[in-house]
Amino acid sequence: MTDIADNSAARAGKLTSDSTWRRNWAKLKRNKAAMFGGILLIIYVLSALLAPVLFSGNPSAPDLMNSLEGPSFKDPLGTDELGRSILGRIIYGSRISLVIAVGVVFVGLICGIPLGLVSGYYGGKIDFIIQRATDTMLAFPGFLLALALVAVLGVGIKNTVISIGISMVPLYIRLVRGCVLAIREEVYVEAARAVGTRDAQILLRHILPNVMVPITVQTSMSMGTAILFAAGLGFLGIGVQPPTPEWGAMLGSARSYIFHAPHVATFPGIAIFLAVLSFNLLGDGLRDALDPRFKL
Amino acid sequence: MKAQTSPLLEISNLHIRFHTLDGVVQAVDGIDFEVYPGETLGLVGESGCGKSVTALSILQLLRCPPAEITGQIFFEGQDLLELDREGIRKIRGNEISMIFQEPMTSLNPVLKIGEQIAEAGRLHKNMNRQQAWRWAVEMLRMVQIPGPGSRSRQYPHKFSGGMRQRAMIAMALSCNPRLVLADEPTTALDVTIQAQIMTLMQRLKEEFKSAIVLITHDLGVIAEMASRVVVMYAGKVVEEAPVKALFKDPRHPYTRGLLGSIPVIGRKEQTGRQLQEISGMVPSPANMPLGCRFHPRCSQTMDKCRQEEPPMTRLAEHRRVSCWLETG
Repeated sequence: MTDIADNSAARAGKLTSDSTWRRNWAKLKRNKAAMFGGILLIIYVLSALLAPVLFSGNPSAPDLMNSLEGPSFKDPLGTDELGRSILGRIIYGSRISLVIAVGVVFVGLICGIPLGLVSGYYGGKIDFIIQRATDTMLAFPGFLLALALVAVLGVGIKNTVISIGISMVPLYIRLVRGCVLAIREEVYVEAARAVGTRDAQILLRHILPNVMVPITVQTSMSMGTAILFAAGLGFLGIGVQPPTPEWGAMLGSARSYIFHAPHVATFPGIAIFLAVLSFNLLGDGLRDALDPRFKL
Repeated sequence: MKAQTSPLLEISNLHIRFHTLDGVVQAVDGIDFEVYPGETLGLVGESGCGKSVTALSILQLLRCPPAEITGQIFFEGQDLLELDREGIRKIRGNEISMIFQEPMTSLNPVLKIGEQIAEAGRLHKNMNRQQAWRWAVEMLRMVQIPGPGSRSRQYPHKFSGGMRQRAMIAMALSCNPRLVLADEPTTALDVTIQAQIMTLMQRLKEEFKSAIVLITHDLGVIAEMASRVVVMYAGKVVEEAPVKALFKDPRHPYTRGLLGSIPVIGRKEQTGRQLQEISGMVPSPANMPLGCRFHPRCSQTMDKCRQEEPPMTRLAEHRRVSCWLETG
């Protein structure tokens, strides 16, 4: 008899744990904007992965005979001032942008989550110190902070990632701390303490999983911002350096030809715009789908 | 009868203050009581009288500051308040465990039931993951959860309130603690489920030979479960008595008021009396009345009650009351 009960309960259990994912996926799928964002993102990821297949040749090799040509069959998006295919450079540029987006978020999470957890859970002096440091960093506009950090660290992909990543750390600290402040007062956290669970385990096993939803949403949003920041730094000439195909840098060097060859600036601009849009739409959709209060 | 054995838990002169923006709030003001091995002690009082805070202070689950705890809490001869973090952590869940009031919120929604029960075993009994999991399933069987094997792999939202409270009991008993602090374990449950949980606790108590401090405002539960009762009012102990004596011969007007406010079907026909109430409200801990704390609500107030706090009068073994009526 126990077996029967066991089996039916097992079936019921399997159904629910699956169905939580399925329900979230269904909610996300119904959100057309989010799906649009998701599909755009997949296109970017594929073009980054398949860049050598999609574009044969070196995207950085100049071909001065064909400079500033308009869109044609050979170069669907035209060529830049050094005669390089803009399509090819955008495709290869998606590698740079995605690497930067992932790297930045990684830096933000690695620093922001532990600091936010500790700050929110322990409170007191530790919290005070971390929060005043956060306040100080938040007092600067994010981009300005990244700019200042680049000025200190120097140019290049690695330093771009570190600079933008650090400028995003305070956002993660605030987000995580806020969630922890609410969750640490939950009875189940007290119950975990009452069975003798160590602080580290309470933070990692009991609190962190409950913060994952807002972190996931924030991660998607910050990837968009990271691409925008990186493009901004590239535009100013202090981000990723030429001849590496980077969207912001492409935009920056196209500035001089904007009147007689507008396509040179337009297409990288659209690439940046759509990439940021895809992350934001997906982030919005994730927030709605993962929020338990938002039921369809 | 229990005078020969030494107490398992001995609280003496326990004060708990909270430092708030509105000043210092004295939640518990010099209480003392003992718990003997294997017994069930009822801790009774209205909301806000300091019952739960007392329980939390035993396991040092109060945040200090804002809380400030003074006095002594001896557990097997050791003062818990003098232990360091690691010391008290080893006691929690292992020697003393706690069952919370709200079964709907006392389990973590993102962890499987089995994991939550297994945690104590892994922490205190050096079990590896598999052993602890098997033990958790065994504990779920003990608290009569049908299909414990598959139930242990479910998340709390699949459990009803009664089942969650059973899971909480399984968690609390999983390391076979000497003392279980049960803070209103049945208050949030349906009456039929209450009875089941109470029977279960009674049975497990005998099986595990744990002592229980049962915190409740439900005197019906006390009559069923407890062997001795401590009545608290506004942060103080006002009366202590063996359960039968308390129900037969309550000495403190507050205890009499509590007992009188239990509805009895057919009482009006028999005695012509309406259901009694204790008039007024529990005084705010920030603004305690002078003299006896119960005097503004007491039906037998004398002048003395308004000026001086009544001393604790010992009437017999485990029988004491704090009221001017008893001092003669």
